[in-house]
Amino acid sequence: MKSSRLGHWLAILIGTLYFLVPLAATFEFSLRKVRGIYSFEAYRVVLADPHFQASFSFSVALAIVTIIFGMAIIVPMAYFVELRLRKLRPFIEFITLLPLVVPAIVIVFGYLRLYNSSSLLPLTNSSLGTNFLLACGYVTLALPYMYRSIETGLRSIDVRTLTEAAESLGASSGTIIWRVILPNIRSAMLSGAFLTFAIVIGEFTFASLLNRPAFGPYLQLIGANRAYEPAALAVMAFMITWACMGIIQVISRNAAAARP
Amino acid sequence: MSFIEISHLKKSFGPNTVVHDFNLSIEKGEFISFLGPSGCGKTTILRMIAGFEAASSGSIRVGGAEMTNLPPAKRNVGMVFQAYALFPNLTVAGNIGFGLKIAGKEKGEIDARVAEMLELIKLPELGDRYPYQLSGGQQQRVALARALAIKPQVLLLDEPLSALDAKIRVSLREEIRALQRELGITTVFVTHDQEEALSISDRIVVMNQGRADQVGTPSEIYNNPATRFVASFVGTLNLLEARVVDPATGRVSIDGQPVVTKRDMSAFGIADEAIVALRPEALILGGGDDDRNTLTGSVEEVAFLGAVIRVRVRLREARVSLDIFNDPALELPKIGMSASVSFKKEDLLILASH
Repeated sequence: MKSSRLGHWLAILIGTLYFLVPLAATFEFSLRKVRGIYSFEAYRVVLADPHFQASFSFSVALAIVTIIFGMAIIVPMAYFVELRLRKLRPFIEFITLLPLVVPAIVIVFGYLRLYNSSSLLPLTNSSLGTNFLLACGYVTLALPYMYRSIETGLRSIDVRTLTEAAESLGASSGTIIWRVILPNIRSAMLSGAFLTFAIVIGEFTFASLLNRPAFGPYLQLIGANRAYEPAALAVMAFMITWACMGIIQVISRNAAAARP
Repeated sequence: MSFIEISHLKKSFGPNTVVHDFNLSIEKGEFISFLGPSGCGKTTILRMIAGFEAASSGSIRVGGAEMTNLPPAKRNVGMVFQAYALFPNLTVAGNIGFGLKIAGKEKGEIDARVAEMLELIKLPELGDRYPYQLSGGQQQRVALARALAIKPQVLLLDEPLSALDAKIRVSLREEIRALQRELGITTVFVTHDQEEALSISDRIVVMNQGRADQVGTPSEIYNNPATRFVASFVGTLNLLEARVVDPATGRVSIDGQPVVTKRDMSAFGIADEAIVALRPEALILGGGDDDRNTLTGSVEEVAFLGAVIRVRVRLREARVSLDIFNDPALELPKIGMSASVSFKKEDLLILASH
């Protein structure tokens, strides 16, 4: 009994060291920009860099567009699948998992082939069109996470009965989604939104191949040319992801506490 | 013309027909129950009235207006579900006022109606609570108030008491009946619980495999079941095989013992086989006078059920159970002793020939 408990602790210790040592080392390295002392100089340099501000703002804006666009597509689809097409659920799940199977580079080359300047829909002809294409790509990339979050939320409520109850009270489909379904899957939507945010903020392949000034390519550029700033950026990227995860946890806990 | 007219209603799911040529007229203000086992089609008919299921054929008219193809939101039908179906994000007041808000009523009017409904369900102080803060019985009362708040022309209750514990179930069903009487609203109630149906209905529709086996008042259903299914589903029953001796005088033989029934036997011929039925409460221990039939046998089992004691008597091959009220002074029959049971001639029900 005692030896098995020791084994558990040992496994936890090894796992923790495996994750924390590189992070701690990266953090420690990011503080060494000024020779001989620990300082946040690398962070100051990164935050003061106008390219950082521009690329980060661009990615945040794109993440917000992706979340809105994705939710507008996925929430009604998941709702109607849950309500009327439950038999299609395995098929829809398969479709939503495809972005995890098909590499991002394959998807983006497909987009470039379909929407290049000599195609019928030349989205890459303008910055706005390319940004739109990038947002569409991000919706695809985020689909597995966003769909699963929404679906979990929908399964936690009795969609069919709530819909019928609202219908019997005179509500239309739009009213039901807006006033009954959305408020009751709010925490699931926020989870999906923060997961999407975390994915979009660090994404490199799509943004680089579509030549957009996003945060992912900026990270790569800095990593290739500077010593301490990439470490500072890596730590900041982790912080953003952790903050998203923390918010998801808080939301999930509050949602769970609000239920009987 | 009746308030609700259901004509030749049929519902199929693929090759399975779950409702066959169903016809029913419901008067305004009537409380009617659909009673039957799971899968008999009772809920499907209710859902067709609500508009949640499309009829394969037939028609539903409410107040003279054709409803068959109308969407649920346009039917002005209040529905209470087994699972309460309160909106978790809204307070009790928000739930009750939901339909009125959808209808575009003024805030003052909504508030007044919500307060009225809360008084009606005797929960005036719980308007600010959320559904998860209420007990099951309270949630179902709120669901009832929400359905009634929009002043529906018909109230549909889909097994609303099934999820509640026994005591609450009895008190809430009495409240539902009292409210229905007070408001005079035409109500269709679906249940698989015969006691519920018998206790609160003006009429009962006993459903069996997508068809109405019998439509009648609780007393008619219980005392004069039309089919073997109705007889066995509603109440406890002794079902016995009998041979017709003389249909003109109602003489039949049960397990070789002669008895007489006052029921109509015109459908039978001499020596026909028939299924007869006896309610346990119609039988008494001991022989009877000329107005009663008597069967003899021996006591096979005595079971104490609280308010009543159920005694099973074996005739020759057949067995009959009878109920006697529990009385501490009563000397219970002993297993194996000879016993006679007797019953009134009109209590012998004739159900069907083989």
